[in-house]
Amino acid sequence: MHILVFVKQVPDASQVRVNYETGTLIREGVPAILNPFEEHAVEEAVRLKDEHGGKVTVLTMGPPQASEALKQCLARGADKAYLLSDRIFAGSDTLATSYALYEGARKIIELEGDVDLFFAGKQAIDGDTAQTGPGIATRFDLPLVTYLIKINEINLEEKYVVATRLTEFGQETVKVPIPVFFTVEESLNVLSHSPLPYLIKAEKAKIELLSGENVNLDKQQCGLKHSPTMVKKAFTPEKRQRGATLSGTLDEVADQIASKIAPFLKKVS
Amino acid sequence: MGDIRYDVAIVGAGPAGLSAAIVLAKAGVKVIVIERGRFPGSKNVMGGVFYTDCMKGVVDDFPGKAPVERHIVEQRMWLIDDESYVGFTHKNAKFDNQPYNCHTVFRAQFDKWLAQQATGAGALIINQTVVTEPIMEGDKVVGIRTDRPEGDIMADCVIAADGVNSFIAKSLGFRSNLKKNAVALGVKEIIGLDEKVINDRFNVSGSQGVTIEMTGSLFEGAEAMAFLYTNKKSVSLGVGMIIEDMIEHNINPNELMESLKAHPAISPLIEGGETKEYLAHMIPEGGYNEMPRLFGDGVMIAGDAAMMVNAVHREGSNLAITSGKLAAQTYLEAAEKGDFSADTLSVYADKLQESFVMKDLKKYKELPKLLQKNRHLLDKYPKLINDAAFELLKVDGISKQAKQRSIWKNMKQQIGFTRMLKDLYKIWRTVG
Ligand SMILES: Cc1cc2nc3c(=O)[nH]c(=O)nc-3n(C[C@H](O)[C@H](O)[C@H](O)COP(=O)(O)OP(=O)(O)OC[C@H]3O[C@@H](n4cnc5c(N)ncnc54)[C@H](O)[C@@H]3O)c2cc1C
Ligand SMILES: Cc1cc2nc3c(=O)[nH]c(=O)nc-3n(C[C@H](O)[C@H](O)[C@H](O)COP(=O)(O)OP(=O)(O)OC[C@H]3O[C@@H](n4cnc5c(N)ncnc54)[C@H](O)[C@@H]3O)c2cc1C
Repeated sequence: MHILVFVKQVPDASQVRVNYETGTLIREGVPAILNPFEEHAVEEAVRLKDEHGGKVTVLTMGPPQASEALKQCLARGADKAYLLSDRIFAGSDTLATSYALYEGARKIIELEGDVDLFFAGKQAIDGDTAQTGPGIATRFDLPLVTYLIKINEINLEEKYVVATRLTEFGQETVKVPIPVFFTVEESLNVLSHSPLPYLIKAEKAKIELLSGENVNLDKQQCGLKHSPTMVKKAFTPEKRQRGATLSGTLDEVADQIASKIAPFLKKVS
Repeated sequence: MGDIRYDVAIVGAGPAGLSAAIVLAKAGVKVIVIERGRFPGSKNVMGGVFYTDCMKGVVDDFPGKAPVERHIVEQRMWLIDDESYVGFTHKNAKFDNQPYNCHTVFRAQFDKWLAQQATGAGALIINQTVVTEPIMEGDKVVGIRTDRPEGDIMADCVIAADGVNSFIAKSLGFRSNLKKNAVALGVKEIIGLDEKVINDRFNVSGSQGVTIEMTGSLFEGAEAMAFLYTNKKSVSLGVGMIIEDMIEHNINPNELMESLKAHPAISPLIEGGETKEYLAHMIPEGGYNEMPRLFGDGVMIAGDAAMMVNAVHREGSNLAITSGKLAAQTYLEAAEKGDFSADTLSVYADKLQESFVMKDLKKYKELPKLLQKNRHLLDKYPKLINDAAFELLKVDGISKQAKQRSIWKNMKQQIGFTRMLKDLYKIWRTVG
């Protein structure tokens, strides 16, 4: 089984402060870390590998320093790490990023063989868009399971996975064919303390480099110029109101609800 | 996986451990460094003055591309009182000659850079891993155990460079727990200021910098040592106090820091600055008399782990670098013989004795005791001297002679004439 995990290096959000005058983030001097969701994605991938055999490959798009994040994945037990780095990616939004990662992944498939499970984090803590994973899955035309919280079963013969995902209202358990794309929640697993030999291997490992040189790229889909996203305004969202708790007998509660929604119903009709 | 085997296993990627790693790796020795922090330097603190000379034989072209802040051209020493100070300043154009005598540094950046030099030379550094105990074969140290699964590392020789709280030195029985009177707590803030503001306020330009050392009673009569060092775009302001005194005077480090920041001689220097970081760390101040055993079968102790701090001259990192270097050289000699017994490794202690490390530590060895038995030296004298300076310089119609008489009387009252003579003699004997 071949598992590919998309990982991103992000500024440690716990150390980022906000300039309240300009509404921008002060990133100066903030250490870069592996996006926390991907720690869990790699952890899960390595556990699945240990259980079912196979290998785990990780891929990041970013500047050369992002290899630090890749090393962390290797220390967690990933087998091989790819860094996709090129000036032409500078200023990419999620559309351009997912394109670049899609092409990077295709190259990895060419080099390492078909991928059965794709993992990405639910979202990156610096952008929080949660669009990149779905963007890649769509380009591959893969079934997509977002907000993964549990892998219940993997059947490699019949090529399916049973997985549970979080929804806004509860949980959903789905059966999906392999290959499949997951974006994961932190509650997927508890991080383990990696064995020392993994860390030693990670320090010695070579990071494989991908760039415009060895990856097939349509330059018309890369970088700032081909990133249609525009930041119009940054603002603090209003706090979501907490729901009120109604109490009483069933009839009383029904009455309370009716009287609360009556004015809205009138407006609509 | 089988045994993990290295020629040398080093505990701690601070200056001591890293300098040893660099010297060893350059000589082709298979060396591993275990560091508990997220990266070397991530947890390390110092005021920030790093001396160039100790890097000879470690990184010869220092500072080269190393992350240094300002080179120091002026050093101020102040005896402080609540509202005043009496100071001594030395500024010298010679301090502008390369190689610079010393620079201010940030440890988070400096240690990381030093670690890169070690890795570049071929050493392996493993972060986020804690060494939990030495692995013994009888009395001989044969490796280290870490907190990770499959985490044992076997080695011909272990260098414990694990800092002030050295767990290794303790578990080998080389020393006991730190005594409350032999260790100080240092707190420090990095206060961001414009480069130009710093240049104006301290009367420097380019990469020139200034240090201020302060001694006296800063807070409710308790003696403290404080410092202010200029960086490129910030100043490092810190204060330290022997832990026993903190407990006795019931002082918490924040109060101490706040009163330093509010001191009329300091507050204008940091005005308008923004605190960027707050750090705290212990400083071993017991000196020579509190040093542990420095070597055993298959093991050597270096840097803060061996209490190698010269508190009088705020030197520690250079002693750490030097001891790491000497430990590495001792290993290389031992490796030629193929013998890592305590007998062979005793050369390490000899090398230290011949170097400035032990000579300096010996010179001041009675100072911690002197200060401990004579607390008035640091809390009364600075006050008296400040009062005297004020009396002398205030023009108020009283004759200078009368002023001198009154100062003298005050001194005799506060301390006593014979006591003063004795103090002078003692100080001269200890630091002279
Ligand atoms: C207008 C605009 C300009 C930008 N300019 C820059 C820039 O100049 N430099 C820069 O560094 N960033 C830039 N970014 C952000 C960068 O492109 C983001 O990496 C990308 O858009 C992902 O968005 P996100 O952080 O919201 O990730 P999400 O979509 O929230 O991430 C979800 C998951 O996708 C995967 N993932 C996301 N990004 C990567 C990646 N790079 N490599 C591997 N896996 C990944 C991870 O698994 C992650 O958990 C820009 C973004 C925008 C909108
Ligand atoms: C406030 C303050 C100001 C100072 N100012 C100066 C100054 O201006 N100039 C100067 O020269 N010196 C100064 N010093 C002293 C100087 O910081 C130390 O002497 C120096 O850092 C000692 O280096 P070291 O390598 O021995 O120990 P450290 O720098 O403490 O390094 C020890 C390393 O070991 C690691 N470690 C510890 N235990 C374990 C374990 N069990 N497993 C794995 N890793 C472990 C630690 O994380 C650390 O990285 C100052 C100290 C303080 C606290």
